[in-house]
Amino acid sequence: MDINSIRLHYEIPGDDFTIAGEASSNVKKMLNQLGIAPDIVKKTSIAMYEAEINAVIHAGGGEANIEITGEKITIVIKDNGPGIPDVELAMQEGYSTASDYVRELGFGAGMGLPNIKRYSDKLDIQTEVGKGTVVTIVVNIN
Amino acid sequence: MKVRDIIRLLDAELLVEGNYLDMDVHSACGSDLMSDVMAFVKENVLLLTGLINPQVVRTAEMMDIKVIVFVRGKHPGQSVLDLAMEKGITVLKTNHPMFIACGKLYSAGVTGRGV
Repeated sequence: MDINSIRLHYEIPGDDFTIAGEASSNVKKMLNQLGIAPDIVKKTSIAMYEAEINAVIHAGGGEANIEITGEKITIVIKDNGPGIPDVELAMQEGYSTASDYVRELGFGAGMGLPNIKRYSDKLDIQTEVGKGTVVTIVVNIN
Repeated sequence: MKVRDIIRLLDAELLVEGNYLDMDVHSACGSDLMSDVMAFVKENVLLLTGLINPQVVRTAEMMDIKVIVFVRGKHPGQSVLDLAMEKGITVLKTNHPMFIACGKLYSAGVTGRGV
């Protein structure tokens, strides 16, 4: 472990979609305070926000653990939801299992995971049906 | 074109003053799909949308979008406006539908691509 790293932890409440994004907002604030370049902050914020939204939409919430070092930002979003039966399919733009309610709110268009991939330097998805999903996002700072 | 000129152009009502009334807007994005906004918008733009839930403000926050225009006369709840206020985002509302609002902006020279 890097002794100069910063670690953050947030619970992601799953009961109210309208308030989702609080954790990502806090991380964005912290990255700005640390003086990280705006384009890196933006990439990280969008990737985390989409993952946070996914945890709320599909898994009834979860938790976020963030580690920031001089080299990279690592975001781990963990949930105890239903898991993803076919990750390859879920990664396709336009594929979605979200409810009509979520779609009415402007999400669930099948862009979440592709967006996370687009804005991260490394994306890892560990998932087990019936158990949950762990999404690890890495954004390099340099 | 400055945001305060856009208010006149769109016959808009200023709901949250925010910090960007004098910002020069070169490009705009009209969408009701926040994930599309996050996928395709690269530079700072003005966002036009018919959605009025708090995730619109959250999306704008993550994307560094400084100005939101709610179209079709939609009026968001106070919690949405409070969130925008907290983030310093300027919020307008126009009775024009999306197509007309976008058309007016484009005709007035806001033709830059946000992508």
